[in-house]
Amino acid sequence: MLEIKGINSFYGKAHVLNDLSFGVERGKVVALLGRNGAGKTTTMKSVMQLVVPQTGSVAFQGADITRMPPHKVAKMGLGYVPEERRIFTDLTVMENLEVGRQPAREGTVTWSEEMLFDMFPNLAERRTNRGKELSGGEQQMLTIARTLMGNPSLILLDEPSEGIAPVIVEEMVRVILRLKKDGLTVLLSEQNLHFAQAVADRVLIIESGIAKYEGSLADLQANPEIRDTYLSV
Amino acid sequence: MGFFIAQILTGLANASALFMVASGLSLIFGVTRIVNFAHGSFYMLGAYVGYSFMQVLPGAWGFWTSILLAGLVVGVIGIIVEMLVLRPVYKAPELFQLVATFGVILVIQDLALLVWGADDVLGPRAPGLKGIIRIMGEPVPKYDLALIALTPFVAFALWWLITKTRMGILVRAATQDREMVGALGVNQAWLFTGVFFLGCALAGLGGAVQLPKGGADLLMDFNILSAIFVVVVIGGMGSLPGAYVAAVLISVLNVFGVNYLPQSTLALMFVVMVVVLIFRPFGLFGREEVAGEHGQVGEPERPIKPAGQTARMIVLAGLGALAVLPLLGDSFTLVLLTDIAIFCLFAASLHFLLGLGGLVSFGHAAYFGGGAYAAALLVTYAGTPMELALILAPLAAGLTAIIFGWVCLRLTGVYFAMLTLAFAQLLWSLVFQWGDLTGGDDGLVDIWPSEWASGTTTFYYLAMVLCIGGIIMLRHTAHSPFGYALRAARDSQRQAEATGINTKHVQWVAFGFAGAMAGIAGGLFVFSKGSIFPNELEIARSFDALIVVFLGGVKTLAGGVVGGAALEGAKDYITRFEYWRLLLGLLIIFVVIVAPDGIAGTLRKWAESIGLMKREDQA
Repeated sequence: MLEIKGINSFYGKAHVLNDLSFGVERGKVVALLGRNGAGKTTTMKSVMQLVVPQTGSVAFQGADITRMPPHKVAKMGLGYVPEERRIFTDLTVMENLEVGRQPAREGTVTWSEEMLFDMFPNLAERRTNRGKELSGGEQQMLTIARTLMGNPSLILLDEPSEGIAPVIVEEMVRVILRLKKDGLTVLLSEQNLHFAQAVADRVLIIESGIAKYEGSLADLQANPEIRDTYLSV
Repeated sequence: MGFFIAQILTGLANASALFMVASGLSLIFGVTRIVNFAHGSFYMLGAYVGYSFMQVLPGAWGFWTSILLAGLVVGVIGIIVEMLVLRPVYKAPELFQLVATFGVILVIQDLALLVWGADDVLGPRAPGLKGIIRIMGEPVPKYDLALIALTPFVAFALWWLITKTRMGILVRAATQDREMVGALGVNQAWLFTGVFFLGCALAGLGGAVQLPKGGADLLMDFNILSAIFVVVVIGGMGSLPGAYVAAVLISVLNVFGVNYLPQSTLALMFVVMVVVLIFRPFGLFGREEVAGEHGQVGEPERPIKPAGQTARMIVLAGLGALAVLPLLGDSFTLVLLTDIAIFCLFAASLHFLLGLGGLVSFGHAAYFGGGAYAAALLVTYAGTPMELALILAPLAAGLTAIIFGWVCLRLTGVYFAMLTLAFAQLLWSLVFQWGDLTGGDDGLVDIWPSEWASGTTTFYYLAMVLCIGGIIMLRHTAHSPFGYALRAARDSQRQAEATGINTKHVQWVAFGFAGAMAGIAGGLFVFSKGSIFPNELEIARSFDALIVVFLGGVKTLAGGVVGGAALEGAKDYITRFEYWRLLLGLLIIFVVIVAPDGIAGTLRKWAESIGLMKREDQA
């Protein structure tokens, strides 16, 4: 569904991604693991074309999306949930959802505000609150809900468990599994191995923008040395 | 009491058009982050277009329909400008966008002259609202009351649009985080165009609605510009309620000012602005600018380095040519070159602030004109000889810069720029309205060089020595430890602070130094012309310098000088045409879009590509 082939991305002169290639199959949850600064967020942004890879290509559902403006990438059904959440703090919860709204798309769930409030009951009570009045966990839910309003077929979740309370992390797990059941494809980046273990089918470990390991979660668990080399702090 | 109320009503009526125009500017800034200098031009177009419609549409229906149509037409013109001029430069550093909008001002000025002629247009009175009503014995024009009644509807419609519609929600979201809105599938380009349409339509409405009160003339664009900036800054950039409150505040104050302090009406507005900004740096309803939001986009700055062998040879050859020129050239060439040299020093001093300090001053004319007026006043009232006046002029300008800089440097980014503009306008209005001292509009005349320097050739040499000396000094300072500290403060204030640099202090000194250098240019200017008029302090003067720095190239050390020489030279040539503003405006827009590195920057890239100069990575 998503094919990344040999991308090289830069910030100014800093070479962040180095010939990175991997794919995500439809209906799977793939976790991108790696330490801080490994290039996880840049990978997400490069898929979304918020950072344009200098070489290499990104294909989504068979179509080349490299160098496409981000709004067109989103319109093709790629949903992006940024690491820093980036909710609109001056807008209410309802208004934040409105910004994400896109027309229904064939083959994906068409979300409404009410369906999202069912999934995130906390947000339902805060419809008219402004973004800045929400807690960190609520903001994290809002940013996911906002992206779902675009009815994506693949969702990019950048560090969904970062900086939120353990009880909310559990809720995140529940949400991701529910989305997977609905047929949504998920690419998520994580530092928290336990979180990845709870949701992912496959993992990709990157370090310094280079893919170091790709395989099933079971294989990773069977190879503790890989885990120790690339993930332990 | 009746008089008091009548005054307030007049103020409220005046606030009506001001609010419409200012809210348009505020909206455009909020979403696109572009300070649209051409906003006054759209206001002027609104007045002219409305007038033309009123000529053909009769009666009360015709009158109000004309106003609506004027808004619509101006909005569409805004779309054209946005798509042709601004779209190509959204990714450029924000200062290029300013210069592009300045090009638009020039183009619109000449197009208006072409279509409507040079004579002022008397606005038609509103049918059915011609007379006055007596309120507590005081006459109040009926049209004023209509305007007061109209404004809440406009404000309500805007409020509804911004808070209740999807477009409004997207606009507010984009005001906060444009990239995220794009990542959610919204095409920003069309959102920008939509906002530009709305903002320009509001400006057009404002222009048309004030027709019965003020008519239409070709000076409207600049005349309202400072007022709307003041309103937007006092209210807070991007805030609509702020724009309304500030418009009312300024208009009411202005009406009372006319009655009680007629000498200070122009200055009053800026005094209020300065006071508000000192207590509320981001305006009454504004939000703090997020750091980095206005950071430089594009390639990182190159490190500056001393001139190489080739460059030194070229400069020496140029200086040699300038030295022997009086033997060959006629006096016209000498006068032109004197003008160019003075302008180059002025531009180089702004370049020093802007390029090295990252301090975008919109009011650099204050120090050029300030130096010029200081010299002229000394000669007129104290009979000071030229030599002394030329020493005191930079001192006076530098001192002014130090005082103004102290206040301005409390703010950063767009607010800093606006504050420098306000101070320049404050000085201008003082000079303009304090006729007893400064001669007001008639200026100060009969200020000639000392006997020994009165010949064209001698004065040419004098100007060359001082101007080139000043430029070398600016360049030298750029390479000195102080210059390094200044650039460090520009690139990362926090990191510079952490290294022990008192960034505010460094910037303050730089502000004063650049002011003094502009003061030398101003002093020389007076003696070369023999007179001085308030227009040397005008916004247009400050913009001249800004444009020159951008045309020359902000990121190139020679940018100010190259741009100054190019523009002043080109102006001498193209002002011979009747519609030279149109040409100049198109030229500016062309350079901004095609050669965003400026003349010096583009020349350098070109020289690098053919191997004349070493590239940075090879050096």
